[in-house]
Amino acid sequence: MRLEEHPVIDFTKRRGKKVTIYFEGKPIEAYEGEPIAEALHAAGIRVLNYSTEKQRPRGLFCAIGKCSSCLMVVNGIPNTRTCITLVEDGMRVERQRGSQPLPRDYKAPQWKEAEKHYGDIVIIGGGPAGLMAGIKAAEKGAKVLLIDEQPILGGQLVKQTHKFFGKREQFAGVRGIKIAEILADEAKKNGVEIHLETSAIGIFDNNGEKLVVAVEKNKKLHEFHGKAVVVATGAMEKMIPFENNDLPGVYGAGAIQTLMNTYGIEPGKRVLIVGAGNVGVILAYQLKQAGVNVVAIVEAMPRIGAYFVHAAKVRRLGIPIYTRHTILRAEGDGKVERAVVAQIDENWQPIPGTEKVYDVDVIALAVGLRPSIELLHQAGAQITYARELSGYVVRHDERMETTVRGLFVAGDSSGIEEATTAMLEGKIAGLSAALLVGKAPLQVYDEIKKAQKDLEEFRSGPFGKHILEGLKKVMIND
Amino acid sequence: MTEEYLERGYLTLEDLKEKVELPSEERLQSKHPVAVPECPQRIPCTPCKEICPVNAIKMDNPNDIPVVNYDKCIGCSLCVQICPGLAFFMIQYKGDKARVTMPHELLPIPKRGDEVILLNRKGEEVGKGKVVLVIPREKSVGDTPVITVEMPKELAWEVRAIKVVV
Repeated sequence: MRLEEHPVIDFTKRRGKKVTIYFEGKPIEAYEGEPIAEALHAAGIRVLNYSTEKQRPRGLFCAIGKCSSCLMVVNGIPNTRTCITLVEDGMRVERQRGSQPLPRDYKAPQWKEAEKHYGDIVIIGGGPAGLMAGIKAAEKGAKVLLIDEQPILGGQLVKQTHKFFGKREQFAGVRGIKIAEILADEAKKNGVEIHLETSAIGIFDNNGEKLVVAVEKNKKLHEFHGKAVVVATGAMEKMIPFENNDLPGVYGAGAIQTLMNTYGIEPGKRVLIVGAGNVGVILAYQLKQAGVNVVAIVEAMPRIGAYFVHAAKVRRLGIPIYTRHTILRAEGDGKVERAVVAQIDENWQPIPGTEKVYDVDVIALAVGLRPSIELLHQAGAQITYARELSGYVVRHDERMETTVRGLFVAGDSSGIEEATTAMLEGKIAGLSAALLVGKAPLQVYDEIKKAQKDLEEFRSGPFGKHILEGLKKVMIND
Repeated sequence: MTEEYLERGYLTLEDLKEKVELPSEERLQSKHPVAVPECPQRIPCTPCKEICPVNAIKMDNPNDIPVVNYDKCIGCSLCVQICPGLAFFMIQYKGDKARVTMPHELLPIPKRGDEVILLNRKGEEVGKGKVVLVIPREKSVGDTPVITVEMPKELAWEVRAIKVVV
């Protein structure tokens, strides 16, 4: 099912030309510009593959290319991340069963055939942090190469229909989808060279300079050369253990946003949300805007973690939030049909007799994110654990440089926070990188200091307190 | 100070009185509506203060809660339009009726004169009201449609959303 009417987004303007793909031989109508898994979901197909050991059906989970829950065989090639691979007319798509071999006649891309690109700064990730880093570095005259594995620029902003907080100069009061457009336009205007559908797979030292190796559309190798690298790879969704948590229809909150807000596809008819942090309550509001019924939000903590105002928005629309409740299991035959929740006691144990059963076709997990640090780790940057920043994070200094000279970090990949802080960190990383590669005058320090001050101010309230605690564990003091 | 509202996800009128001082009866009856923020928690957010044309909103640090000087407020609704948390409302008494102005980001957008169902802070239906003013999205500085609904006066401090019946 596709969404036609929406109070914020006009999908008719977004959809490309109609194309036909073949799912297990059956023709499916899709639109150019949308990924395979999303098109299949619109056609009612939720099972994308079967697990290796027990052949359990699996469906989408993250929908941004990070979790491997959507791997399918596309035109004979297995392990294709169908959530970020765009449909093409005539494409053949099959469910993958466990691990499947490559076709016999498959020719792997050769290193010597890699397309080479040269710049001053290579940025990995085109979300709020990466785009802002690119804009600021390019403004100073640095040649910036920006790569992102998604088909659209903007990172997670592209699916945020709500307005952001902060100050107006930091885009407060502007919807995420609009901020994404503004940043993407600004990056292009400043001459940032953009490579979409291109996944970075390694960062290497190349005689004192940096080499980022990447693969475009699963087949073409690229080399990106520069003197500095900014990693702004964002985050991925966490999963929690419960019975049948792999049933198709148990989706990460972000996947639901991708389906409905990026591609205009109805995620389901009735949704239970697990987690009342900002992501969970914002998702509830967005589902309501898309005309989808939200039966409840359950939250294990005794309090709602989201900003109160976000929670108040969904409460006044009649969506209940049950604190001290958790999900016990998902039920259904090959897909989610029911969710069973229960109240928990002080020791986090379900209280017998408090079970509630909801008839739902989607269970949304909004149980937190963890920083995507794989590339930073591979590049040799020092990693440390900071619970307050939601997991393992890279150590960095005030200019967002890691323990590897010339390797910078910004945004959620440096600790889970907000788009506003991601943009400020991106600004700092971009300017600092431009300074390092000799493209910015020393006066740029004033701009860096201003952004550092803005960050400090943003984090000075109760919500910033735990971030500051986490940063204490992470910061390298010169 | 009670923080139970963080467990419930909505404010009671008692919470509101405790956390946000309410405008006087006299101010509520004046010829301009008055803006009331239902924003009791310290979060980093300043658009209301920045957009107010008469500097009626006090907030020294971006993490402070907004405090409206009700005598300065001219009832222009810009704060209702811009507030990212959809937490600003305007109230005005007119005889035995009250007019409540609120953000409305759902379809359908009602028209002037429509009868709508009134919802309280926990989404319960508490009565019916009449739409007297609609600021459509394209005319709103914050990209959020804003509607003003007339209702019995005693509902003015309860109703914070509407349901449009089609």
